[in-house]
Amino acid sequence: MNNSNRNKHHIEGKGGLFGAWLGTSLFVYLALIVLLIVADVWYVLAACWDSPDGVTVMLDWPNLWDSVKLTFLSCTISAILSVIIAVPIGYLLSRYRFFGRSVIDAMLDIPVVLPPLVIGLSLLILFNNFPPKILGWGAESLDGYLSDFGMRVTNTKLAVILAQFTVAAAFAIRTVKATFDQIDPRSEQVAMTIGASRGRAFFDVVMPQSYRGIVAAGTLAWARALGEFGPILVFAGATKGKTEVLSTSVYLEINTGNINGAVIISLLMIALAMITILTVRYCTERGAGYDLHR
Amino acid sequence: MTYIDNISVRAGEFILADVSFEIQRGKCIALMGKSGSGKTTLMEAICGLREVMSGSIKIGDVDCTNAAPKDRMVGLVPQDNVLFSTMSVREHLAYGPLLRKWKRADIDARVEEVADELGIKDLLDRQPRGLSGGEAKRVAIGRAIAAKPALLCLDESFTGLDEETLQEVMTVVKATIQREEISTLLITHQISEAKLLGDVIYQIKESGRVEKLILD
Repeated sequence: MNNSNRNKHHIEGKGGLFGAWLGTSLFVYLALIVLLIVADVWYVLAACWDSPDGVTVMLDWPNLWDSVKLTFLSCTISAILSVIIAVPIGYLLSRYRFFGRSVIDAMLDIPVVLPPLVIGLSLLILFNNFPPKILGWGAESLDGYLSDFGMRVTNTKLAVILAQFTVAAAFAIRTVKATFDQIDPRSEQVAMTIGASRGRAFFDVVMPQSYRGIVAAGTLAWARALGEFGPILVFAGATKGKTEVLSTSVYLEINTGNINGAVIISLLMIALAMITILTVRYCTERGAGYDLHR
Repeated sequence: MTYIDNISVRAGEFILADVSFEIQRGKCIALMGKSGSGKTTLMEAICGLREVMSGSIKIGDVDCTNAAPKDRMVGLVPQDNVLFSTMSVREHLAYGPLLRKWKRADIDARVEEVADELGIKDLLDRQPRGLSGGEAKRVAIGRAIAAKPALLCLDESFTGLDEETLQEVMTVVKATIQREEISTLLITHQISEAKLLGDVIYQIKESGRVEKLILD
């Protein structure tokens, strides 16, 4: 992408009072974020200063490494699943008009507006108290049925992924739909008139143009999954070395009074989030000329 | 030959009723009408992008009244081109033949031929970004005709071009459709465009009927 295109929305010159308003708004919010991080760093440095060899005993490092691995794995799987489900749903909502569309559209926002804890509770009930036995037939719950196949969801790593996915997918769907909304539907119509099926037009014409939006949706889903806490705690629990992810690690450390440890894990999460988001942005920029036909 | 026989199309509350005309091979019909008169609706119906209420459509002597757009052998050039931002000019021209499962060598030869006809050989490796209005229009037309459609649909395709570019592009397009003997349906509200490209001019009346326009 050349500079003239990259900067086509830029406005040159001083903005006066209006510019001051824009700049001040940015400064105030950015300052809050920076201060949050600086305060955490300062807290940890002060703790290390008081007790130089303290960092090694502040945390159970092998256990924390397990938590990091599960966090990275579960967030990545949740993000991939979210994109897989968001692309068709986003396209459906963007392009088709059908009976009940507005109701369905509103329902897809439920995971976004509900308190996360409620989602965790609902997942717990779904897998442990549903469906009811009919005339004495059937198991007590979904997990009961799954146990017949040697599987179980509640309080397992699967529960972590499902809890993250339930919320993250809703955010991914919104992002992907907004991306499809920005692409002129006539591009598919033109492709169809010159010989493409509806599906071929989607994969040849719409998908390459939506590449950045889809990556953005995946990144948002990943970040959302990283920050998920309530549903994981309720549905998957916070068993050390089993279902513990970084967000629950912070909670466990606070519960045991180890504030230093909690702050160190928080900084680790900030670093992990920044590295992931910046890496994806860098890859997306490099892939600006990405083309399915090459 | 293309036959539009007594088709009726609904666009919201408005109905275009009993529209009939035919386009001989290599000839151009210009369809005029005020904004909102249903010109684009009619063209969408012919391309298979909108259902017809009644009547029949034959394109290249094949009845395709209920066929999917991909099975109609048409090429569409929308008003603002709608080029695919991720495809190069070469890929635009190759896309139709590729979808029609032409052999690679035939596709390459056809791309060169169309690019030569439309004067865009130098642009083949360019992306749509940065093309001028006239260049983008030629690419859109090239994309539409590359697979040798039986009917070319130009939907107010020349709107927005300055006078000099308009004359230049229309001259090239006229020469191309005559050389390739493509039946063409031009939708426009400019009588000058209709006169320049059209062999016969029709007008959509307020009643929703289509009548042949007799010019002085």
